[in-house]
Amino acid sequence: MNSKGKEPFIHLTKRGAIPPVKAMMIRLFAVVIALIVCAFITGLTTGINPMEVYSSIIAGAFGSARKAWITFQDVSILLVISLALTIAFRMKFWNIGGEGQVLMGGLGAAACMICLGDKLPNAVVIVLMLISSLVLGGLWGFIPALCKSLWNTNETLSTLMMNYIATQLVLFYTIKWEVPKGSGKIGIINQDSHAGWLPQLFGSKYLLPIIVAVIVTVFVYVYIKYTKHGYEIRVVGESPKTSVYVGINLKKVFIRTMILSGALCGLVGLLLVGGINHTLTSTISDGRGFTAVLVSWMAQFNPFAMIATSFVIVFMDRGAGEIATRFDLNQSFGDILTGIILFFIIGCEFFINYEVHFRTGHKNAAGRKEAGSC
Amino acid sequence: MLGFLAFIPRAVAQSIPLLFGCTGEIVTEKSGNLNLGLPGVMYVGAISGVIGSFFYEGSVGAGEVNAALAILIPMLCCMAGSLLMGLIYSFLVVTLRANQNVTGLAMTTFGVGFGNFFGGSLIKLSGQDIPSISLSKTSTCFRASLPFAKSLGVVGEIFFSYGFLAYLAIVIALAVAFFFKKTRSGLHLRAVGENPATADAAGINVMKYKYLATCIGCVIAGFGGLYYVMDYACGIWSNDAFGDRGWLAIALVIFTLWKADLGIFASILFGGLYILYLYIPTGMDHMEMKELYKMIPYVVTLIVLIFTSMRNRREDQFPQSLGLNYFREER
Amino acid sequence: MRGISKRFDLKQANTDVNFVLYKGEIVSLLGENGSGKTTLMNMLAGIYYPDEGQILIGGREVTISSPAEAYLNGIGMVHQHFKLVDVFSAWENIVLGEDGKYDVAAAKAKIRSICDKYGFVVDPDKKVYNMTVSEKQTVEIVKVIYRGADILILDEPTAVLTPQECERLFEVMRNMKADGKSIIIITHKLNEVMAISDRVVVLRQGRNAGELETAKTTMQEMTDMMVGHAVTLDIERPEPVDPKKRLVIKNICVTDAEGVPKVKNVSFYMNSGEILGIAGISGSGQKELLEAIAGIQAVDEGSVKYIDENENETELIGMHPRDIRELGVALSFVPEDRLGMGLVGNMDISENMMLRTFGESHKWFTDREKPRKVAEDVVDVLEVSTPGLDIPVRRLSGGNIQKILVGREISSNPKVLLTAYAVRGLDINSSYKIYDLINEQKKKGVAVLFVGEDLDVLMQISDKIMVLCDGQVSDIVDAKKVTKNEIGLLMTSLGQEGVGKGEQ
Repeated sequence: MNSKGKEPFIHLTKRGAIPPVKAMMIRLFAVVIALIVCAFITGLTTGINPMEVYSSIIAGAFGSARKAWITFQDVSILLVISLALTIAFRMKFWNIGGEGQVLMGGLGAAACMICLGDKLPNAVVIVLMLISSLVLGGLWGFIPALCKSLWNTNETLSTLMMNYIATQLVLFYTIKWEVPKGSGKIGIINQDSHAGWLPQLFGSKYLLPIIVAVIVTVFVYVYIKYTKHGYEIRVVGESPKTSVYVGINLKKVFIRTMILSGALCGLVGLLLVGGINHTLTSTISDGRGFTAVLVSWMAQFNPFAMIATSFVIVFMDRGAGEIATRFDLNQSFGDILTGIILFFIIGCEFFINYEVHFRTGHKNAAGRKEAGSC
Repeated sequence: MLGFLAFIPRAVAQSIPLLFGCTGEIVTEKSGNLNLGLPGVMYVGAISGVIGSFFYEGSVGAGEVNAALAILIPMLCCMAGSLLMGLIYSFLVVTLRANQNVTGLAMTTFGVGFGNFFGGSLIKLSGQDIPSISLSKTSTCFRASLPFAKSLGVVGEIFFSYGFLAYLAIVIALAVAFFFKKTRSGLHLRAVGENPATADAAGINVMKYKYLATCIGCVIAGFGGLYYVMDYACGIWSNDAFGDRGWLAIALVIFTLWKADLGIFASILFGGLYILYLYIPTGMDHMEMKELYKMIPYVVTLIVLIFTSMRNRREDQFPQSLGLNYFREER
Repeated sequence: MRGISKRFDLKQANTDVNFVLYKGEIVSLLGENGSGKTTLMNMLAGIYYPDEGQILIGGREVTISSPAEAYLNGIGMVHQHFKLVDVFSAWENIVLGEDGKYDVAAAKAKIRSICDKYGFVVDPDKKVYNMTVSEKQTVEIVKVIYRGADILILDEPTAVLTPQECERLFEVMRNMKADGKSIIIITHKLNEVMAISDRVVVLRQGRNAGELETAKTTMQEMTDMMVGHAVTLDIERPEPVDPKKRLVIKNICVTDAEGVPKVKNVSFYMNSGEILGIAGISGSGQKELLEAIAGIQAVDEGSVKYIDENENETELIGMHPRDIRELGVALSFVPEDRLGMGLVGNMDISENMMLRTFGESHKWFTDREKPRKVAEDVVDVLEVSTPGLDIPVRRLSGGNIQKILVGREISSNPKVLLTAYAVRGLDINSSYKIYDLINEQKKKGVAVLFVGEDLDVLMQISDKIMVLCDGQVSDIVDAKKVTKNEIGLLMTSLGQEGVGKGEQ
């Protein structure tokens, strides 16, 4: 019989609470390492001086007033989607259908603009756009929630499928409404009348999404932390059995929350179609429904931390765009850099949740060394 | 009838990337890892093969390529690329116990970006003077079908007209099905996915199984990307052409209820649905209908997903620890 | 095991524990809950790794850093929560983790020979999700023997069994002992210690408290060693004052989600100021019955009438659980994992206090002041040891979690208190605290329903005992007159009157 196994070299234990400051330091450290790795990879694959790359990233995001505004606008859009998903995530409902919900909201808004734009007063059109985008986004949240509550259908998979159904629906209508015929594009809607275009606040076309984002951030924070609905969401998320026990109607909470989550995504669709792009394409969401999952998770579902995480993502993305044009590289280079940074941030959570003990040769003298907090 | 017979080979050709992806994802998911990075893995698999073959073709110049090397180099590169993706995922999820959904999505961002970046910049980076990546010589090797296929008429067309990767896909799917049903390791892997604490208590090395299953799954899925670019697309890389096949493969896993042998038929069905719109006459006035037909695979998957959850048969459910990470000392 | 220590997060689970086991003996590991019994054994089984100390087998020092290594050293453990894969059949579970050639026929033959040798009954092809608790446990034990273990660790094996099933288990254990195997049984039931073991090792607060030869000790001595100072085993039973019918249950039938009838035509009534005990093997319909009264479980037929002080009758069936609660019907059900039902592990104590009451006001926002006061009271009165009110309850010890759960229900000043397994897994001191609390409620005129596991306790605290068997009322008996044996019989077979309506 085997007598002596080997001493486990690395031994893990789950950490208790860690001071938030320390946790942030670990994350920051991870980002710094990630940036160094990115610099190496950039240099290696493209031969470009990494420092130059970083300076152009900053230039890309903040190089001019216009660029800065667009950066903030993009942050706002991503932030609202992340917040919408967060509501569902707190319920442990893995809504990765943000993409589809945004598209449906956009579809609703576009439909009103195209079909009613010149028939009704502008204010009425905008109200109808708002309603239809909320309703369609909400519907796309409602369907997976209904299936989950009736038959416990896996929501990660069902929301994923809903994304593609939404994409095809939008493609269907893009071709139905295409201008001119055969172009496969809708083009700018109501270019002359500006019917259904969302108003510019204080003369700035970038301000509206930012204001919406601020309002939604505060709303989601208060909703989750202080309202009864929010309390129910957290109970359901933490312990579904308990929620049944205290008389919370699980199905109702699932459905109500997912409608809200979907509707908030739909609102983004409205902003994108009515306020920013003034057109509808199947790529209008541009993968942000998925990116938002990362944003929300990286912020540990904290609405205010999400401002920072969505900023990091957008900053990298906009910067990468600049690199692409400046060094005549492919736009996708940004995705690689974003991916690497994400890997590091994802990985560093481990050091926040677990403690690593390295065993030295002697028993009882386990060298306790805290990793990751250097 | 003739139209239908012509449809089958197209559907099969369309189905092979899905089958690779589906089989790979089944192996991965059976270990309890929901790898949403599959689309990224398949992109990386494809581009790695392309890079390998690009440099090989470049090195031979105008000369003849060695058929064995032309096949071997892209395949090894593809395996290395997708293996690396598998290792990244396993390291983050298994060793560092990161959230699976998040890791998977990050992998997709990274993988698709990786594919498109190198696909788009390979020529510029290598400083060669050619207009686009067209690996026709390699592709010819990959597309070589059995010599007697042509002489068998319709039968040959339907059964023997494909490149060797197509048959490999089917062999792998059958092998995986056998592995799960008839071998001890298969039993152990299923146990790891169903209930890792139990598997651990039974003395199974949970980490090892999760790592192996995820990495092997990724390698298998990577072949799907390779097949697409070398065989289906005739060796021509174009950005985003692979499209959403990775997600479709994940859908297929649900559709087949995590059974690899079923995947063979299901993927052909999906392949057929995927290109069905080409065969349904819509007339020039209603091109938009094609977009609705393209929706069919997703709607069907959603319905199957809902239907199996309604029926709620224990054997048809996803592995019970899917999406959850295992930490032995969890209390 | 020599000088073993283990720490978790905030808690020291084991400190410098020594433990010796000889070949061919049965040792009881005795201790209150939270005394570190299971943790100690988990280190032997390779689930946890000790921070300090060494393990020697046959005089040689060994390192057990995984269950696989434990098996290699001939150690196998049957955990309290079974480690079985539900969708696998019995034989698949048994051979799991084995190396070598994959020969199904040979494996099944070996399983059969083990069963014959020790007297197990196992159908190798039965799926685990179709099995009863006792069948699952048998599979677990067969698995451990199949893997060649010479040292078996059984963690509270009898908690889920009927007295008859326990006896069968003990029989098998004696067979194994005769075969030269060594067995460690973790328990806190003293009569079992006396019945089965040769020696008893007692742990207290994670440390060695002593070691006794079973033949030369008494229950009293063991109890003293376990708790550290002498405790009276008597539970107070005040006479009911002015009992009036409070809750009348008539012909209730409940079917569970899988379509299995769980409660069959049950009728009884509860008086104010009385404690009605419910005895029965776990899973005889206790949970469903209580949930039906509290409005959580849908009822097929029957009625539950609540009668208030002014003789007004209210039908509870069909009412929302929240409204039932507002009438004064409180339910505290302590599930096996404590946190599963009734508490949210990641929320702090005050947030858990408002779980039941947050819906009462019709405002949008939650009231945070009141729950905080309730939390302070509960922590104070029940002597919950916690660093503060803001700590997630998940990080408290089991006993403290339970005090919070029961305390919350009592704090709502109920008229009817339904408690199930209120002392499940609690140490003796905490248990008495809970008994006192329940008696206090009784004196206040509350009608109490007490579902318990320990028959001794049930017989001492209750005024009447209703015995359930397979979802039916076996009989309702006077707790002062009945004997333990009679209840044991009623639990496994229906009373003489058939579907008994008891005293009604």
